Amino acid sequence: MSVVGIPQQDGGSRRGRTSPRFSLPDGWYRVLLVASAAVFAALVIWFLVAIAIKAQPAFSTLGFSWIVQKTWNPNLQQFGLLPFILGTLETTAIAMFLAVPIGLGAAIALAYLVPHRVRLVLGTAVELLAAVPSVVYGLWGVVALAPLFRQYVEPFLSSAFGWTGLFNGPNLGVGLILAGTILFIMVLPTMVAVSRDVLATVPTEQVEGALAVGATRGQVLRKVVIPGARTGLLGAFTLATGRALGETVAVALVIGNSNYIAHSLKSPAATLPSLLINNFGEASGTELSALFGAGLVLLVIGLTVNSIARILVRRAEGSELGSASVLVP
Amino acid sequence: MSAMTLDPLSDPILERRQKIQEIAQASVGRRKAYSKIFIVVCWVFLALAVVPLIAVIVYTFAKGIAAWTPDFFTQVTKPEGIPNGGVWNAIVGTFVIGLIATLVTVPLGLLVGLGLAQFEGKLAGVVRFAADVMTGVPSILIGIFGYIALVTRFGYSGLAGAFAIGLIMLPIMIRAGETAIRGVPPQLQEAGIALGARKFIVTRRVVLPAALPGIITGSLLAVARGIGETAPLLLTIFGTQFFNSNPTKPMEALPLVIYNYSSQPYSDLVQIAWGAALLLMMAVLVLNIGSRVLAGFLQRERQ
Repeated sequence: MSVVGIPQQDGGSRRGRTSPRFSLPDGWYRVLLVASAAVFAALVIWFLVAIAIKAQPAFSTLGFSWIVQKTWNPNLQQFGLLPFILGTLETTAIAMFLAVPIGLGAAIALAYLVPHRVRLVLGTAVELLAAVPSVVYGLWGVVALAPLFRQYVEPFLSSAFGWTGLFNGPNLGVGLILAGTILFIMVLPTMVAVSRDVLATVPTEQVEGALAVGATRGQVLRKVVIPGARTGLLGAFTLATGRALGETVAVALVIGNSNYIAHSLKSPAATLPSLLINNFGEASGTELSALFGAGLVLLVIGLTVNSIARILVRRAEGSELGSASVLVP
Repeated sequence: MSAMTLDPLSDPILERRQKIQEIAQASVGRRKAYSKIFIVVCWVFLALAVVPLIAVIVYTFAKGIAAWTPDFFTQVTKPEGIPNGGVWNAIVGTFVIGLIATLVTVPLGLLVGLGLAQFEGKLAGVVRFAADVMTGVPSILIGIFGYIALVTRFGYSGLAGAFAIGLIMLPIMIRAGETAIRGVPPQLQEAGIALGARKFIVTRRVVLPAALPGIITGSLLAVARGIGETAPLLLTIFGTQFFNSNPTKPMEALPLVIYNYSSQPYSDLVQIAWGAALLLMMAVLVLNIGSRVLAGFLQRERQ
């Protein structure tokens, strides 16, 4: 009650007398709120329809098969999207291959192992890192990390895992593996922050019950906490996947931008977003339509992944409303 | 007879008990060892997660601070080869675009958030889900939408950039506003309504003041997210090397400077990119930390 009692008393009586009270009847108030919601809904629908309409000419002149064709060569009117779809999937796969175990381990440590005082500081730091603009990660990747990859990481990977055939070709620094690594670093804060929140929802009784029957700490974490938070963790992974799929500028800076299908993890490649950002300025005619088409493909992938993530996170948090996870972009 | 009872090794019951104890001991040892390994792995992963993130910040700070000269803050961006370039035009551009986006987005997002918090129904559910999904839509697509909606008609402009940035901030603002308003105890609203006040008055005089800390936090976080976006601006404001505070014309912005200069072969341009990166990062971090501090302060003030 004290929350509003005081401001209401002095603010209310004084202001009430000096200025005429502005008010809206309940009906009009409702109309105002519904109208604002309608503005937002209209923007979302306009957004979806605008991209679909602009992409339509590409489908009517090229059919549907161009999406999975291998060659992107605007001079020959070839607009195959396969290299970019593969590039998107490959960079995301590399990022998640690293981010799932490391993010989960870090979240467990943060939620259950770190002393209380350090936990608050470290938790806040992780949330702050989720806010660092992606272009800063991109700049760091291309200036600081690319030379390191060229001189140390890629030669090491080639000599250690060369037998898999995944690391053929010259060491360029930029390429799939660097893009995947940058994405991994970028999605990590989101992943850790959401996973930590989800892990913290596992009931204390279950943890204590398991400890009481003689389970070790590691057993409790592996057999009680992780299974208990399964749905929410899956949601966190999917959320991070969505972020990795759609990241644009950081990837465009470090992937090397090649329009051909990569034959090695060290090869330069391109993703759907990097294709868009690099070609949008100069494109016209069918190429521009094809770029809008690529945008539509990205939109469908992005909406699907994000819808799944949101449903999973909501289900895990046990309410339809979701929670603070929205504040961690 | 005496041999059977006195020699413990030959007592079958004792023998079994000992065996069980041995097995249990081994099991406990094994389980403890596994537990240790698991916990150590978690610690190592935490370190692996924290190190690159700290590296980004430290590296940006070390590189960026060297670029912070008086020229950096007062001169406009200059083409390669011309010395003493700065980012003054980009600072102004980011400020103007961020301001316009904030002025439109915060009230609109707040109204939608109020609607979600105060009216239940199918529509509210759909809008809430749409806002959640829109926060994760690739930002380049928002840029393409800004291009289709405004640039194809009116050309590149700061306003088109503000539109795109606002659309990125709006869903964040909506959900943050709703969360803040839902945090207000329902008894407060009910008391106001029981006194005969209209819902609008209750909202304006009771709910919004009580939800203010959360609303401020949410707004600042939305702004922090908005001004760091690069891809939507690349497609909407185009960038310019001239000073321009008129948002109906092409503008420059900090993320654009970083993006355009980062892959340049000229070291003075890369230097400016680092300076701009540090400036942008500091702005975002100050907004984030400031929102937390302010929210905590307002919360304490109330009690």
